[in-house]
Amino acid sequence: MPDISMVELVQQVLGGLATGAIYACIALSVVMIYQAIDHFNFAQGEMAMFSAFITWQMIDWGANYWVAFFVCIALSFIGGMAIERIIFAPLRNAPVFTHIVVFIALFQIFNAGAGYIWEFTIREFPSPFPERLPFDTTLIGPHDLGMMAVVLIMLGLIFLFFRFTPVGLAMRAAAAAPDSARLVGISVGMMLALGWGLAAAIGAVGGMMIAPVVYLEPNMMLGILLYGFAGAVVGGLTSPGGAVLGGFMMGVIEPVAGMFIGSELKLTVALVVIVTILIFRPSGMFGRVVVQRV
Amino acid sequence: MTTSTLPDTEMKSGGAPRRANPADRLRVFGVSLPWIRRVSILIGLALALFLPFYMEGFGVFQLTQVLYLSIAVLGLNLLTGFTGQFSLGHSAFMAIGAYTAGIMMDQWEVPYYLTIVPAGIVCFAAGFLFGLPALRLEGLYLALATFALAVAAPQLLKYEHFEPFTGGVQGLDLLKPDSPIAFLSNDQWWYYFSLFFGVLLFIAAWNLVRGRTGRAMIAIRDNPIAASTMGINLSLYKSVTFGVSGIYCGVAGALSAIVVEFIAPESFTFIFAILLLIGMVIGGIASIPAAIIGGAFILYVPNFSEMAVDFFFGGDPASKALVWISFGAAMIIVVYIMPMGVAGFVKRNLRRLAR
Repeated sequence: MPDISMVELVQQVLGGLATGAIYACIALSVVMIYQAIDHFNFAQGEMAMFSAFITWQMIDWGANYWVAFFVCIALSFIGGMAIERIIFAPLRNAPVFTHIVVFIALFQIFNAGAGYIWEFTIREFPSPFPERLPFDTTLIGPHDLGMMAVVLIMLGLIFLFFRFTPVGLAMRAAAAAPDSARLVGISVGMMLALGWGLAAAIGAVGGMMIAPVVYLEPNMMLGILLYGFAGAVVGGLTSPGGAVLGGFMMGVIEPVAGMFIGSELKLTVALVVIVTILIFRPSGMFGRVVVQRV
Repeated sequence: MTTSTLPDTEMKSGGAPRRANPADRLRVFGVSLPWIRRVSILIGLALALFLPFYMEGFGVFQLTQVLYLSIAVLGLNLLTGFTGQFSLGHSAFMAIGAYTAGIMMDQWEVPYYLTIVPAGIVCFAAGFLFGLPALRLEGLYLALATFALAVAAPQLLKYEHFEPFTGGVQGLDLLKPDSPIAFLSNDQWWYYFSLFFGVLLFIAAWNLVRGRTGRAMIAIRDNPIAASTMGINLSLYKSVTFGVSGIYCGVAGALSAIVVEFIAPESFTFIFAILLLIGMVIGGIASIPAAIIGGAFILYVPNFSEMAVDFFFGGDPASKALVWISFGAAMIIVVYIMPMGVAGFVKRNLRRLAR
C-alpha cells in the first residue's frame, strides 16, 4: 500500500467534496426531472455544458459575470421548458425507451452543436470567487469552497420552493398523482414544463461552477454526468436530499479509491461500490420503497 | 386434457388445444397476415443469400457488420424487450465474446470456426452470473448496475496484469485464413459464415419466444408479481434470460473479432452499448425481425449522415460536428414518425389496411 499522510488524505477528501458538489448539482437536476416525468434525462450534462458556453459567450462579448450568470439561468429555464413543450409533449404516451432514444439524440445534438458553434478547443472559464480566502489554509481552494456554498444554498432554496410555495406544491402533486392533480385544476403539462425548466436552470448553475475547474469544452460534462447519475441512483431517485448526499459521496469515493488502488481502476472501484450499495438497498440509500400491488 | 370442439381451435399433437389468433384471419389486399409474414421472411432470406453477389467488397463487409450487430441487438431485445430488464452493459458481453475468440485464436491457435461456440458458452456463464446480483434491481437501478459493467469492461481489459492475454491498450491483431471456397471472395465467405450463425440464432430466438419460456418472459415483463403467483420462477427466468442474452452478444462479439481481424478495449465502450439500445428502439421493442432493422440503422445512418453532410457542406472541418447533429436529428425524426419503432409502425399499418 502506498504511503499516505493524513494531510494528503484530508486534502483528497476536501477536494472530493468540492467535485462532489458538482456531481450533487447534476444529481439534483436529474432527480428533479425524474420526479416530474419518471425518466432519466441523459442529456442533462450536455444541457449544462451548453448553458456554460452561453455564459462564456456573453462574458466574451463584454458582459459582467453576474449579469451573464443570471441571464444564462433565465435562458436555460426557458430552453428547458421549450424542450418539454416542443419535443416531449407530443411523445408523452410513447414507450419509455422512445424517450430514452430522444434523450440520447438530444445529448448528441447539444454536444455536437456546441462543437459546431464554439469549436472543440479548450477554453478558460472565469471563477466568480475571490483569488484568496480571508483565512489561511492549504486544504481547500477558494473556488471549491464557493462551489460547495452555491450548491448548498441552491439545495436550500429548492427545498423551500417545494415545501412552501403553491407552485412547488402543485408540481409535487402533478408528479405524484397526475389524474387527481388535474381534477383539482392543476395543469399537469405546464408543471412538467416547469420541472424541465427548473432542472435546466439547476444544471446551468452546475455547468458554470464546474467549467473553471475542468475548463470549457463540449465533452467536459461526460465524466461528471456519469458520477452525477451514479450519485442520484445511490442516493435514491425519489429523494433530492439523498441525491445531493450521493453526489458528495461519489466525489469522495473516487479520489480516495484512487489513492489506495491506483488511478487505473478508480472508476471501476467507484462503480463496484455503487453496485454493492444497490444490492443491499435496491432503491438507493434514501429512496422510497414502493410497495406494488397486482 | 380436454378436447374442445370450438371451430377456431386446432389440435397440436400431444399438446393442449391452441386457439387460432383472430388477427390471423385478417386480410390485406386478399392476403392473410400469416402469409404476408411467410412471404416477407422468404424475400428477406433470398435477399440475404443473393445480395452479396451484387455488391462491392466493402459493401459486403458492411453487410457482415450489420449481421453481427443485429445478433447483438436481438440479444438485448430478448432481455429488454421481452423480459423487461433494462441493460446498458451489453457492450461488455460483446467484449467478453470477442476476447474469448481473440485469445483462443491468438494464444492457443484455435481455428476461427471453433471459437464461436466457446465464446457463446463463456458469455452465457458471464450473463448468468451477472444476472444473479442484478435480480434485486429494477428499472433505472438495473440500468446503472449494467452501465457500471460497460464502463468497467474496457478498463479491466487494459489492466496491466491481464496484458499478456488481452494485449492491453494495443488490443490483439488477429489473422484469419482465406476463403476455403474458390468462387467466394474473402468478404463473401465471412458474410455467409456470419449469416449461418445469424439465421441459427434468429430461429432459436423465434422458438424461444413463441413457446412456454417466451410466455413466461413476457409475463415477467408485464407484471412480475402476477407472473410469480402463476408459478413462474422469477429469479431463474431472469438470470437465465441474462445468460441467453449473453450468448447472443458473445457470438456477435466473436464474429466481430473474426471479421474485423482486430480487437481493442476501445471498441467496446459504453457508447457501443448505447448504440445497441438505439438499434433496439428504432427497430422495434419485442420484435425479432426488427433486430435486423436496428443493426442496419446503427451501421448505416451515421455513415449516411456523414455522406449527406459532406455533400452539402463539402470539406468544412467543422462539418464533423454536423454529422452527429444530423444523426441525433434522424433519431428524433424516426421516433416522431414511429414511436413504436419500425416494427411497430409496420404492424399498425398492416392492421389498418386489413379487413
